Parts: sequence; structure tokens; C-alpha cells
Amino acid sequence: MKRWLVGLALAASVSVGFVGLAQKTTITYWQYAYDTRVQAMDQLIQQFEQANPDITVKQETFPYNAYQQQVAASLPAGQGADVVQLYYGWLDTWLRSGYVEALPSQYFDTAALDSAFIPMVQAAKRNGQYYGLPTAVRSLALFYNKDMFKAAGIDGPPATWDQFVQDAKALTKKSGPRFTQVGFGIAPNGQGHNLLREVLIRQFGGQPYSADGTQVAYDSEAGLKAFEFYTGLVTKDQVAVLNFVPGDNGYRDGFIQLQNIAMIVDGSFAIGSVKAGAQFDWGVAEIPTLANGVKSDFGSFWMNGLTPNAFKDPAKLEAASKFLQFVTSPDAMKLWLNVVGELPARASLVDDPSLASDPVYGPFIKSLAYSHATQFVDETAQRQVFMDAVNRVVLEHQDPAAVWSQAAKEEQAILDKAQTP
Amino acid sequence: MPTPPPDAPPRRGRPRRRLTLGTREALWAYAFLLLPLAFYGFLRIYPAVQSFNLSLHRWHVDPAQRTFLGLTYYREMLSDPKLHRALTNTLLYAAIIVPAQLVLGLTIAVLLDAVRRLRPLFRAIYFSPYVTPAAAVAWVWGWMYSVNFGVFNNALIAWSDFVTRVGLPWLSIPPQAFLSDPKQALPAVAAVVVWQQLGFQVVIFLAGLQGIPRMFYDAAAIDGAGALQRFRYVTLPLLNPVMVFSVVISTIATLQLFDQVVNINFTDQGGPLNSTLSIALYMYQLAFSRFQIGYASAVTVLLFVLILVVTLLQLRLLQRRVEY
Repeated sequence: MKRWLVGLALAASVSVGFVGLAQKTTITYWQYAYDTRVQAMDQLIQQFEQANPDITVKQETFPYNAYQQQVAASLPAGQGADVVQLYYGWLDTWLRSGYVEALPSQYFDTAALDSAFIPMVQAAKRNGQYYGLPTAVRSLALFYNKDMFKAAGIDGPPATWDQFVQDAKALTKKSGPRFTQVGFGIAPNGQGHNLLREVLIRQFGGQPYSADGTQVAYDSEAGLKAFEFYTGLVTKDQVAVLNFVPGDNGYRDGFIQLQNIAMIVDGSFAIGSVKAGAQFDWGVAEIPTLANGVKSDFGSFWMNGLTPNAFKDPAKLEAASKFLQFVTSPDAMKLWLNVVGELPARASLVDDPSLASDPVYGPFIKSLAYSHATQFVDETAQRQVFMDAVNRVVLEHQDPAAVWSQAAKEEQAILDKAQTP
Repeated sequence: MPTPPPDAPPRRGRPRRRLTLGTREALWAYAFLLLPLAFYGFLRIYPAVQSFNLSLHRWHVDPAQRTFLGLTYYREMLSDPKLHRALTNTLLYAAIIVPAQLVLGLTIAVLLDAVRRLRPLFRAIYFSPYVTPAAAVAWVWGWMYSVNFGVFNNALIAWSDFVTRVGLPWLSIPPQAFLSDPKQALPAVAAVVVWQQLGFQVVIFLAGLQGIPRMFYDAAAIDGAGALQRFRYVTLPLLNPVMVFSVVISTIATLQLFDQVVNINFTDQGGPLNSTLSIALYMYQLAFSRFQIGYASAVTVLLFVLILVVTLLQLRLLQRRVEY
């Protein structure tokens, strides 16, 4: 009789325990491995779990190069992330595979999001619905080595492209047939294709795409001039060399570590690496303009989206939505700026005057106002078109006009393919 | 029911007893093989069938939303210039790498076989690239090939300076672009692969050489055969099975070439201008950076058929009966 009672008590306590466990929801968050981003997310998760004791968030990270592979392998098996970070340019390819879902309307109000976030974030929308929200955005600016500038007798960063070429020439050194130092670290695969697409084409008076993003519009006189200017940095002005420093991010390594590259155009995400690695005096400036003074920049972001896993049960969806709201809140953005160095994505924070006057963040913040985020349909393939075009001119000495028209046709084919269901 | 003739030997108790020792041993072997076989079937055969199935559908994470496309992707392959380039490149890689490995591997093995002192050391040196991770190898070679900083161009410039100084300027060679030249990039990558895989070939050939009984050489020597003749009439025919193995293995490895190509030009994998793109890399890019899993699966099926056909052809053509 006694034993029977003990058994009952035990069973009762266990089942109560299970009920307690069942109320605790666990969600998984994925992003690619990058020290400062992982640290920032760890801090955010800690804060979130304190405020929501019934939710546990598990962060998992993968090397950048294996990130999409991990997504492609795990999600079809019903495994992996509930909340996932993806580059905004991947949205279409992810959507076609069903790896992200639209943010649920019971937790996210589209109209409110439209006004809260800076306009660039519209690139996370398809058919009037958001498929994710960023914690931070990034724009491009010119990083320059102040020590090298001083040694070459140059006062400050170039404001115009003419000045840029002139400075870059003074900063380029050769020994016999080979370069030992270059003025500009050209990187068509890095930010170079974005510089050409969204900055130079617009500055020369053109448009990269039609307003609805379905037609290539750069096969124009302005577009060709932009392309000739960009490739001319290698072929005509000889202030840049493709793959000057070998490696994944050779242009940045040459700027930061080897100090044989005087200027690079890079995103605000590089601020952390430059701060940590540069053993010299450096500065940041807005991207130069032509004589017409037209300013333009490329803006981009990583967004947090929900995978089909998050929709498996209502408790999970609620937890995942709450977490997504939290990591895109103003407080999370401030933390992200401090830890990672990436710019906030909310309009209220971007207008902060103390940020705009910061010598490092300032140029990036100012350029957000005139930044464009390309509506990619297949970022990998579209980037390859630009890289191949540059290589045809620089490595194979083909006629820029013919190459540029060919690139436009190749990219149009990619856009057309995305239109067909 | 027919009754056995009266003169038939009496039936034994249980027919199972009639299994011979050999049969029983074989049954046990099959029983033990069943587990690895099931494992192999689950991890190799099933995914292969599955990827053929995927190649007939438009990919979606939810199986219910995968639409059947039939042979659409296979038709698409006919008019995909990038795939054709990858196919040509892959065959070119094989045409360079396989013979180079065979000839160099055999030559080095024969030389090593003749060396008596420090043989293990030499063998270790030749083998060391094989155990180095492909990523590390590719990274180092990337620097060596660098136009502005690489040792190859250092050597070319030093050479040109030297010949100019001694009055033979026509012998000078200008610095080369190597990986940056769409024409040179593929042979440059192939050279890295040969360098890296050579150690494996050398070890295989060394083992083969040591398996040839001494007495054949002695007999040939008594008959008056010189060193070259002994190589031609004793070593080569007796090494044939090893050579077939070497060619088949290195062909398969080359047709699947991926690691070195991916890592040596990280900023433009398979570039410049697709000049180093292999089928395996193209398939990877389609599947994992563009999420075109259906089309990528069709490309794997093509790669599978290609490897199967080439391997069968090689076995047919190369395997001759070895007569002692």
C-alpha cells in the first residue's frame, strides 16, 4: 500500500515535470560564423531569455562558405533552424525552394514595418509581404591608408573620381614589370560588382534596371561609360590589379595586413576587421563622385527570416516571431552597432546626429540616404555576369562595348528565367 | 508421391546437413557481408536513385510541392554552354592528369626502386603532398602562381636578367599570368593536382614493382637483355594490372575533381571565365549557392554515367591477360 502511494506520487511529479517542460519552447537560430556577430547574438539571446523564461534559443553557426549548403541539407529533412539569417540577395532562390516563409500577419504589421525601417529594407518584400527583417544594414565607403597618403604627399581622401585616379597613380609602385603596391584594391567579386551596378552606372547618369527590376537597363551609353571607367582602372590608368593579393578577401588583406593597397571600397561590415587588424592610421570617406556631384551607394543587409520549421506548431511560431521582433528592435540594433559595427536598420536610429558625425560610421550613415539595394533574383549568377565581363576586357582584351552588351543579354536571361514559374 | 527406388541410399535425417563446408562458409560470409551491404545500399545506392528522382522534379523543400518535369532538365543540359564548358574542361583535366601521373609515377617508382639508401625518406617526401589537405595545397600554390609575388615569376625574371646579362636576350621569358590567364589556368590547376596525387601513384607502383619476382630479371639478364629491354619486356607487362588500377583510380578521381579547383581561385571558383570549372564544381554551385537542386541532380546523373562509361571502357581496353 505504501509502495503504491510512493509510485503514484512519483508518477504525479514526473507528469507535472513534463507539463513544465512542455511549456518551455526551444527554437534554433542560424547565422554564419563571424566572431563579432556571434558574440552580439549571444548577448541578445541572453537578454531575450531573461525576458521570456519560457523560451530557449539555441544559436548554431556555420562557416560562410558552407552556410547555404547547410541550409539546403537540413531544411528538407525537417531539421535545423526556425529563425535563419540570409543575405537579402538570396531571397528569391530561397523562396523558390521554400526555405523561408512570409512573416505571419498576426505578429507583423506590414504597414508599420514600412515606416519603421529605412526604405532599403523593402528589398525583403515580395508580393506585399515581408520575408524577413534585418538587425543591421550596410553601405559602401572608401577606406584609405592615411600613412600611405601622407608618404605620397596627398592631403586627404579624394572627393571626385578624377582625383581618385590621380591619387591612385601616385600610390601605385612598380618594380620592373611587376607591381609592388597598388592605389586601388579592385575586387569585382567582392563589392566591385555592386560598385559598378549601383554606384557608377547611376553616377554616369544611367539606371541599372527598370523600375520593376525585371529588365536590364544598363546597356546604355552611361552604363558603358561606367564599365569603361571601372575596367580602365586596370587597363588604362593601371592603378589596380585583379587578384593582386591571392586569397578569399585578398583586396582587404592587402589593405589591412600587407599594406600594399592604399584604397579599397568596402562595406561597413569591414569596419570591425580594419579596426582590429590595421597597424596604421586609416580613414573612411564617402565614395567619390563625378564632376556632376551625383551621389549613389549600394546598400545591403542580412535579414532574419522564418523557415517552414517555425510553422510546425503555434507555440513555436509565437516564440520564433517574438525572437525575430526582439533581434530587430531598436535596442538590439544599438547593441549590434556597438559589438559588430554594422549600421542600424530603423529610420529612427539612422537619423541620430551623433552617428552621422562619427568619423568612421559617419560616411556610411550619410550614404544610407542615397543607397540602393539591388533586387537580385539569383545573386551568384548575376555577380558572375559582371565578373566575367570584367575578365573579358582585362584578361582577354576584348572590346568593352561588345562585352557590355553581352553581359546585359546574359543577365537579362537570368531575370527572364526568374519570371517564368 | 513417387517412392524412391529400393536401391537408392537411405535418406539422411535432415537435408540441411548436406551443405558442404564450403557452402556453409560462404553462407556465413554472406551473413556477415549483409550488414555492410545494407549500409552501402542505404548510404550509396538509395541516394543515387533518389538523386535521379530529384532530377525529374522541380525542387522544393516540401516533397508535396515538387512538380514533375520529366526530362526537362536533361533537355536543358543540351543547351547549357557552361555545362559544356565544364564537361570539356573535365575531360581536358583527365587528358592531362591521368597520363602525367602514370608516366611520372612509374618513372619515380622505378628510380626509387633502384635506390637502396634512404628509400623510406624519399618515399615519405613524395607521399607528403598526398596527405596535405587540398585547401592548404591550393592556397600555397595560389601564392606561388601569383603574378606579382609568386616564386615562378621571380624565377622567370631572374632567368631573363641572367640571359640578358650573358648576351642571349632572346632566351628570356616574360612573367606569366598563370591562374589569371584563361588559357593557362587549367594546365596550372592540373599541375597542382598531379603534384599532389603523385605520391599515391608512386607508392602503388613501388608495391607493384616489388611484387615482380627477381628471377624474371635474372633470367632475362642471363638471356642478354639490357636494362631497357628488361623494363620493356619484364617490368611493363607484369605491371599491367597495377597500371590499370592506377589509370582507373586516377581517372575517377579526376572526373570528380573539386577540392583543388574550388580553393585555388576562391574569388572566382572555376574561373577566370569558367576556364577551370569542373563538372563536380558546377554541380556544387548549382545545388548549394543557387539552390537549383533538380538541375544539379541531373548533372550528377550525367557525371555518374560519364564515370561509368569511361571506367568500363578503360577496363575493357587496358586489361590484358598477363602471361608469365
